[in-house]
Amino acid sequence: MAAVSDEPFAYVRRLPAERLPPPLAPTGALGWLRANLFSSPANIALTLLCVLFIAWAIPPLVRFFLVDAVWSGADREACLATPEHPAVGACWAFVRVWFSYFVYGFYPAGQRWRVDLFFIALAFGIVWLLRLSAPRRDLGALYFFVVLPVLSFVLLHGAPPIGLAVVPTALWGGMLVTVIVATVGIVFSLPLGILLALGRRSDLPVVRLLSVIFIEFVRGVPLITVLFMASVMLPLFVPDRLAPDKLVRALVGVAMFASAYMAEVVRGGLAAVPRGQYEAARALGFTYWRMTGLVILPQALRVTLPNIVNTFIGLFKDTTLVFVVGIFDFLRTIEAARADPHWGAPTTPITGYAFAALFYFVCCYGMSRYARSVEARLARAGRR
Amino acid sequence: MADEAQTGARYRRRIASIAVQVGLIVLIGGLVYAAAYNAAHNLARAHIASGFGFWNNTAGFDISQTLIPYSAAASTFGRAFWVGLLNTLLVAAIGIVLATVLGFAVGIARLSRNWLVALLAAGYVEVIRNVPLLLQLLFWYNAVLKSLPEVQGSVALPGGGFLNNRGLFLPRPEFASGFSAVLAAFLAGVFAVIVLRLWARRRQERTGAEIHMFWPALALLCALPIIAAAVTGAPLTFSPLHMGRFNVRGGIEILPEFAALTLALTTYTAAFIAEVVRAGVLSVSAGQTEAAQALGLRSGATLRLVIVPQAMRVIIPPLTSQYLNLIKNSSLAVAIGYPDLVQVFAGTVLNITGQAVEVVAITMAVYLAISLFASALMNLYARTTSVVEH
Repeated sequence: MAAVSDEPFAYVRRLPAERLPPPLAPTGALGWLRANLFSSPANIALTLLCVLFIAWAIPPLVRFFLVDAVWSGADREACLATPEHPAVGACWAFVRVWFSYFVYGFYPAGQRWRVDLFFIALAFGIVWLLRLSAPRRDLGALYFFVVLPVLSFVLLHGAPPIGLAVVPTALWGGMLVTVIVATVGIVFSLPLGILLALGRRSDLPVVRLLSVIFIEFVRGVPLITVLFMASVMLPLFVPDRLAPDKLVRALVGVAMFASAYMAEVVRGGLAAVPRGQYEAARALGFTYWRMTGLVILPQALRVTLPNIVNTFIGLFKDTTLVFVVGIFDFLRTIEAARADPHWGAPTTPITGYAFAALFYFVCCYGMSRYARSVEARLARAGRR
Repeated sequence: MADEAQTGARYRRRIASIAVQVGLIVLIGGLVYAAAYNAAHNLARAHIASGFGFWNNTAGFDISQTLIPYSAAASTFGRAFWVGLLNTLLVAAIGIVLATVLGFAVGIARLSRNWLVALLAAGYVEVIRNVPLLLQLLFWYNAVLKSLPEVQGSVALPGGGFLNNRGLFLPRPEFASGFSAVLAAFLAGVFAVIVLRLWARRRQERTGAEIHMFWPALALLCALPIIAAAVTGAPLTFSPLHMGRFNVRGGIEILPEFAALTLALTTYTAAFIAEVVRAGVLSVSAGQTEAAQALGLRSGATLRLVIVPQAMRVIIPPLTSQYLNLIKNSSLAVAIGYPDLVQVFAGTVLNITGQAVEVVAITMAVYLAISLFASALMNLYARTTSVVEH
């Protein structure tokens, strides 16, 4: 044993530390307050600052959006400050009047039941696919990825033989277009993303190289440039008579963009499947596609479901970018309505944006709660 | 016999895989050829030139914010490209710095033991992350900055600046000859702080007594330049602004487009960075903190010496991808008319020349180059900081 140096170290304690007094009320409401809000002078200061901030920020917001808000009216007059009503809050009357435009765009009023039916069919598909306890989810996938797209196209675009008048896409707008862009994005990007992810892990060098180039290229550039490419270059690349519709061009851009991101998410799921699963499937004599379809993908997609939903949230927010190439999505209809001189009041823009924010927040937050609950469920299943 | 069958099967698989790959090459090549053929045909019919000859033609349009000399009458499309690129880099650089500061603050606040602080930070993150960036950008631009007063009713800021719906106007600093002395004094202060710190550390190693450095360092850094400024007699002055009828002249002008884009990019990216930081700090196991406390480290030292170095290894890679997202998201500038690369080049230049293929290709190449450069740096970083496990 080495000799302990006699040299005194300033930092070595020579006497036992003084005994501390017992803590004050560590449990109960008071204990909670003390531990979480008032544990030290700095913490007390922070708590006071937060309380001050909340007191400063929340009441004006509540007053603006609820108390002083204008709930009904025929035009801007209702939302202008007058001597009798000097404080005018959010102009919800504007949202009320324009509401059907925000949902359907210029879709003909007599045909809007078709849009409603589409929303119902879509909601049915989403619930079937995302409820982990729903029966026959394989049929659900078939419905969502094959039946629903065909059905939606017939419903929304129209089919004269069965008596549905054609509604050109130039008339579509609002939440309808936002939902369509997001749905087309997911319906195409998931299968394409799976193929790209498999391609990136393939043994065939050409397949691997092409997949890597596509994925890294798309992920390296902003969505806006992909949309520009789709909207100005796509018409150049096809013969004149096949020039695609404006909405279709944007959809192609979104689907390309989303599939590259989806590919990376799926690749993460594929990497999480243990090697032994591949080896066992091979040992049983499975071909590549049987192994992938029956053994690997079911496991990979299950663990990666939360990430797929998170990617979809990103995609849903990104649908607003089709605005830039002149598609009338929900945000664009808000901008268009805001510019209407009949409703040109100082509070109109904020009201419109608040309404849009509420819509996107409810959708995205709901999806992220779902992703988190699946994640927690998977973590529990993994622990067992 | 079995061996032969196996070799046969392997041989067949090999042939099949080669056939698939050749087929794919032919398919892709055919598509590219058809696209190129159609493009050439369509462009020729629309009388649109091809090639990069337009680069040196006179641009003929104005740009509202230029970091390098540019004039509509004399400058070329190539010059306009550089102006747009620099504007993109400017807003991205400022956004990255601000978003990092805000994001780290919010991320740490979310982990605070103070319930209210954590709640507010969580509220910020959830609200910002679940609302599209474009909507936030339009909100800042149309609802906040455009509803500021007109030029006549400008808000006067302390220090002689003005804020109105045309932007933020700050007085331009004028450096007199004595300013270099102030700069030298500041550098001397920095040097003195470094020397002092080295001395303090050596002393602590010898005796164990810790010297608190914060206040002396602050005093040195502030006092030396102030003394130098007093001696040389106020070498830094601000030229006052001239209020015109329609605009404010003679100062630094910050466009509302630039301000809105910076605000939106900063607040949006900060919410994502906060989540990255939180995940990084949580990834350091509680045992590390307990061990550091058992060794007698104070909470500040625990954070600085134990938690942060380990957390940073987890934080840096996703942080880089957030920076890349910010750079790519700066292209939303086109929605409010801030003259970034996409707005100037893929917007205005494309519309004037009509050369969609070349212009979009150049724009994409720029973003791609930035992304590839960043991921190369990231791979280097990952290699140098990966833990060597024994």
